[in-house]
Amino acid sequence: MSTFNNAYDVSREAEMKEPLDFNRRSRLKHVDRVFKAEILNIIHLTEMEKLYQIRLLDPAERARFSFLPGQFVMLEVPGYGEIPISISSSPAKNGYLELCIRRAGVVTGALHRAQRGAKVGVRGPFGSHFPMEEMKNHNLLLVAGGLGLAPLRAPIFEVIDHRPDYGDVNILYGTREPAQLLFDYQYEEWGRIDDIDLRIIVEKPDPGWTGPTGMITELIGDLEIDPRRTFAIVCGPPVMFKSVCRHLVEIGVSMRRIFVSLERRMHCGMGKCCRCNVGSTFTCMDGPVFDYWAVMNLKEAI
Amino acid sequence: MLFRILSRDRFRTLVETIMETTEVVAPKKVGVRSDGEPIHQFLPVADFDEMDLAHETTEHSAKTYFLPYRENLSTYAFSDDDWQQEVHYRIQPRAMVGLHACDINALLRLDKVFVRDHFPSPYYVSRRRNTLIIGIDHEPCEGGFCRSLGTDTVTRGFDLYLTDLGDRYFVAVGSDHGFDLLNQVGVAEISDRDTADYLEERKRIAGLFTTEVAVQNLPNLLDIEFESEVWKTWGAKCLGCGSCAMVCPTCYCYGTTERVSMDFSSGSKEKHLYACTVVDFAEVAGGHNFRPDRSTRLKYRYYHQHRGFVEAHDEPKCVGCNRCGRACLTGINPLDVIHDLQAEDEA
Repeated sequence: MSTFNNAYDVSREAEMKEPLDFNRRSRLKHVDRVFKAEILNIIHLTEMEKLYQIRLLDPAERARFSFLPGQFVMLEVPGYGEIPISISSSPAKNGYLELCIRRAGVVTGALHRAQRGAKVGVRGPFGSHFPMEEMKNHNLLLVAGGLGLAPLRAPIFEVIDHRPDYGDVNILYGTREPAQLLFDYQYEEWGRIDDIDLRIIVEKPDPGWTGPTGMITELIGDLEIDPRRTFAIVCGPPVMFKSVCRHLVEIGVSMRRIFVSLERRMHCGMGKCCRCNVGSTFTCMDGPVFDYWAVMNLKEAI
Repeated sequence: MLFRILSRDRFRTLVETIMETTEVVAPKKVGVRSDGEPIHQFLPVADFDEMDLAHETTEHSAKTYFLPYRENLSTYAFSDDDWQQEVHYRIQPRAMVGLHACDINALLRLDKVFVRDHFPSPYYVSRRRNTLIIGIDHEPCEGGFCRSLGTDTVTRGFDLYLTDLGDRYFVAVGSDHGFDLLNQVGVAEISDRDTADYLEERKRIAGLFTTEVAVQNLPNLLDIEFESEVWKTWGAKCLGCGSCAMVCPTCYCYGTTERVSMDFSSGSKEKHLYACTVVDFAEVAGGHNFRPDRSTRLKYRYYHQHRGFVEAHDEPKCVGCNRCGRACLTGINPLDVIHDLQAEDEA
């Protein structure tokens, strides 16, 4: 059979020969090929979390790699596994990423043992992003609980990089204990920038704690929020974003102007493995960033 | 669509000719159930007579030749402080013979996810494009509700599709590849009598369907009955074993695992099909499980089949083959579950 002698080789497709770019969602590409990246620096944050500054090794890949605040990457430690991690750095530096990683399982355990210079794999960026364009000329309320400050750092840097485009910025951050506060070395800088107000609260103070004590919702009550001029981003555990979002809706902020970032199990990042599926929604494709109206319709999310 | 008439002998020649160069996968009798009914599976066959095209259905679907239970996604070669990744796709041609309309419709649904959606999968595209598909009409299988879903007939997604007219096959030609194959073994143009016999046979098969399920209102019903007791009742029976998803011709979810060789020289990333009814399906790092209950997981399986997929792709994911119902160890059957939901709605 002559027709069977010509096996179809998908790698010969013109699209497959194009440089790998995950921002071109509809193109046929080597979807499981990773960008090789090097761990440049490891920054100790708390007992449980470290910040990894990584850079794609190939200069051409680095130049092409761009993301928007709120997106995530699949981080591969060859031989251990692959995990979804939200990007925690400024989008201004192409091919350079900061990933805040809590020690929680096999892959993150391996990362916590890794040394500077180790090579990891990166696929992405994936997912939806915070609508930074739409948010321009508005006040921003950025609320984070616990590890939620990690995804919130990308929009914070975006705002700082384009400060004149945005109005007043309020950053609220809460954790259970002072020892769990992430990025404490940056509070001083953020707090001193004109019209950026940073407030931090903990539930259980230690003897050295001088700041306010309680739940994060207590900080919101003190703020003067103009609901017609405000966009909000709320990142943290469901119980926390639920109460914060409800409060914001009560004072008149539109549900379509409140954004959250959801966490789900993921094995692909591309709407294939179904692990992040909630009914009709793939968190990796339609999310992880959702507005509050969308979240209200994800029955399982709140 | 072109139609041709193929004699039984020439069909045999066609399959035997393909076998000379190419792996042929077809329904094969592998055993007998306790009730005396034969068990069939899609397996490689080396001889025309190993095939059993009179099979009612296969226990497992044809999907595993496109989405294998286990598939290597990439391999890592380790050196001192570095690694190199290698990715390979399966490009060996294969022919699959004896797929039913529901099996082919199932592949068309998988195409929507793996070929025509964002991030097409080269692994799937490669297998799909290298597989010749010869389908065949058949009498309805027990419990199959394909007719309710419009998947009892098929107009594309195959190379050749046969309807048995007793002494000869009426063949729908779905591709140039199929057309070439027919011409190589010799084929006849259709006559008015062939067409009449074909229509008669189609009518006869359509008349044999007895199972009917109202699926049109399911997307809405699943939303309304989200908190229904029906899920608790059926969820209590579910073992969370995942058999339903394994045999389903359109279930495609998966997990990945990585392994390192004993001498630490290489590692591999493997994809394995998973099931949304398995306990850790939605468990995240740190131990939080978004679906700890079996009833919630079972509900989400139906939700994806009949609501989520409809929203994304304008048709249910389910093709009505009822393999899940046959495979379920505790007798959870889509016919009964959907019936109970409808009854709840009317109550």
